[in-house]
Amino acid sequence: MSKALLYDSTICIGCKQCEQACATQNKLPYDDAVAAEAQQSEHKYTVVLTKGDKFMRRLCMHCEHPACASVCPVGAFHKTKDGPVVYDVWKCIGCRYCMAACAFSQPKYEWGSLNPRVRKCIMCPDRVSAGKQTACAEICPTGATKFGDRDDLVREAQDRIRQNPSTYLNRIYGLHEVGGTCVLILAGVNVEDFGYPASSRIGETPMPEYTGRVMERVPDFIPVWSLVLGGIYWISHRREEVAAAEAQEKKKNGGTR
Amino acid sequence: MKIKLTFWRAVFLAIMACGLYSTYVRYIHGLGAATNMTDQFPWGFWIGFDCLCGVMLAAGGFCMVGAVYLFNVQSLHSVVRPAVLTAFLGYLLFIVGLLFDLGRPWFIWHQLIYMNPHSVMFEVGMCVMTYTTVLFFEFLPNVFERLNLKTPIKWIHKIYPVLIVAGILLSTLHQSSLGSLYLIMPSKLHPFWYSPALPFFFFGSAVAVGLAMTIFESTQSAKALGRQLELSVLVRLGGALLVALWVNALLRFEDYFHRGMLREITKPSYEAYFLWLELALSFVIPITLLSFKRIRLSPNGLYLASVLSLFGFITNRLNVSLIGFETYVGHHYLPKWTEFSVTLMIIALGFFMFAIAVKYLPIFPREEHAVEAVTTPARVITAGVPIPEHAGD
Repeated sequence: MSKALLYDSTICIGCKQCEQACATQNKLPYDDAVAAEAQQSEHKYTVVLTKGDKFMRRLCMHCEHPACASVCPVGAFHKTKDGPVVYDVWKCIGCRYCMAACAFSQPKYEWGSLNPRVRKCIMCPDRVSAGKQTACAEICPTGATKFGDRDDLVREAQDRIRQNPSTYLNRIYGLHEVGGTCVLILAGVNVEDFGYPASSRIGETPMPEYTGRVMERVPDFIPVWSLVLGGIYWISHRREEVAAAEAQEKKKNGGTR
Repeated sequence: MKIKLTFWRAVFLAIMACGLYSTYVRYIHGLGAATNMTDQFPWGFWIGFDCLCGVMLAAGGFCMVGAVYLFNVQSLHSVVRPAVLTAFLGYLLFIVGLLFDLGRPWFIWHQLIYMNPHSVMFEVGMCVMTYTTVLFFEFLPNVFERLNLKTPIKWIHKIYPVLIVAGILLSTLHQSSLGSLYLIMPSKLHPFWYSPALPFFFFGSAVAVGLAMTIFESTQSAKALGRQLELSVLVRLGGALLVALWVNALLRFEDYFHRGMLREITKPSYEAYFLWLELALSFVIPITLLSFKRIRLSPNGLYLASVLSLFGFITNRLNVSLIGFETYVGHHYLPKWTEFSVTLMIIALGFFMFAIAVKYLPIFPREEHAVEAVTTPARVITAGVPIPEHAGD
């Protein structure tokens, strides 16, 4: 059973304790200056954005079919059975295809480092595998970020929308986007206003399928194309051999020309 | 041997000095200091030009090997060696470029042990690696001939059919896969350039570029080495180029037609200007030029059409990799001077190595002018060559 996070922006109070807990958990610096940064970066995996009296959290969506894991040439990303999409820094060669491929632009880079790493929320995999909540969910004073089984959280989100249809837009962002994500978002406003890509834009097709459709042909393409090329080679050179043999034959017979 | 400082040598030295300084910045202060790449623009000029254009411009190798050895078109024999040399140098320099762009180049070998067969990048990496090896073997006879080693040449000739088939197979795979890289970014890449047919476009344009590049490089080498230009060869290549350009243009048209973009691409917009530039340079002008028999039969006309189409396809690659992302990201990306200077250095290295190879190896068939050619110093090669569409990179 895959674990997930449900973020309900209508009960978020913008206290940014999740930011701080995340920084502590990942041993990142956190002070007033970092708290004031309104964007994610290599030292800020999650951010609480403010627009008027509305809040919105951003973090890695932990896709059910992660693009980052499928594009990485060395398999530095993988999705654990618990749900988190984790990163193995030792494998990484720094091609940054994960950053280019992610529909949510979540992976960030240590541009100033000489041995740079890709940085993003990894959903506290050690805590999750030990049966604990993520640091952000544990600290959240209002329960705006809730940790649990994905199926339970989906049901709960649907209940909340049903009970308070005037508070919520009738949509759970992340339920079907790019084939479903392990971060689900409930809101009374459009998440797109806070920089999330529009559902219509990213679609419901799991990202790996776009390249998978081509990649799955490669194993068949190699033998077939080799045979075709070999055949062309054989035919075009055979013609030459035949011509040479015929010429010799003619010479032997005294030649006609 | 006394080396005189000429204008082009001075330019070469200046490029190398700037390039070395940029190399220092890149490896001492990191990618952030040396480039204008950001989290929103993780792939910059080094991917767009050094990698995408570099591999594309090296396509002449597999095109000419395919024409001469696979289809047995003997009349093109004289251009195979320079084309293979260009391709070999091109791929070597592509790898050099990659070492600049990768964040952790010292782990590039991880590709061999942590394989992810679902990754397009993995496929490209493996193909480029094996193809560079194939090119090395296709290039080796030059060296053996020079050293008068008969036996190894015989060995290579024995495995030649395998090398040829493998080389073309690998080229088909990775030239198209460079386009497949972008298939996973449908929400980011502008619809002018995002298409499910990207791998076909990339392969098709590589073939056209292979032909154009061979015309360009034959003309340049002839000029630089004072050799006789083989017009019949160029005319054949020009005819093939015209066909290749038509096929590419029709593919692009079909794609826009089926995706209902035809009206969209005629409306002026930031992206449209770049698209028009690309289409004009790669298709409209060269096809128009080559349609006139007088131009198709003149060395200057062929040269002009080829160079224009090369610029057109370079524009295409830069559009796919850079311009096409600007609307999504919301701001422009302009490479830092250090990015340009590293690329220039790599290009200059390509010219230099090409000149050295031509000087010491039997790349071009012998003729009366050969004696003269050998004594011609390396600098002549660089003379009068517009830098961006260089042979090796």
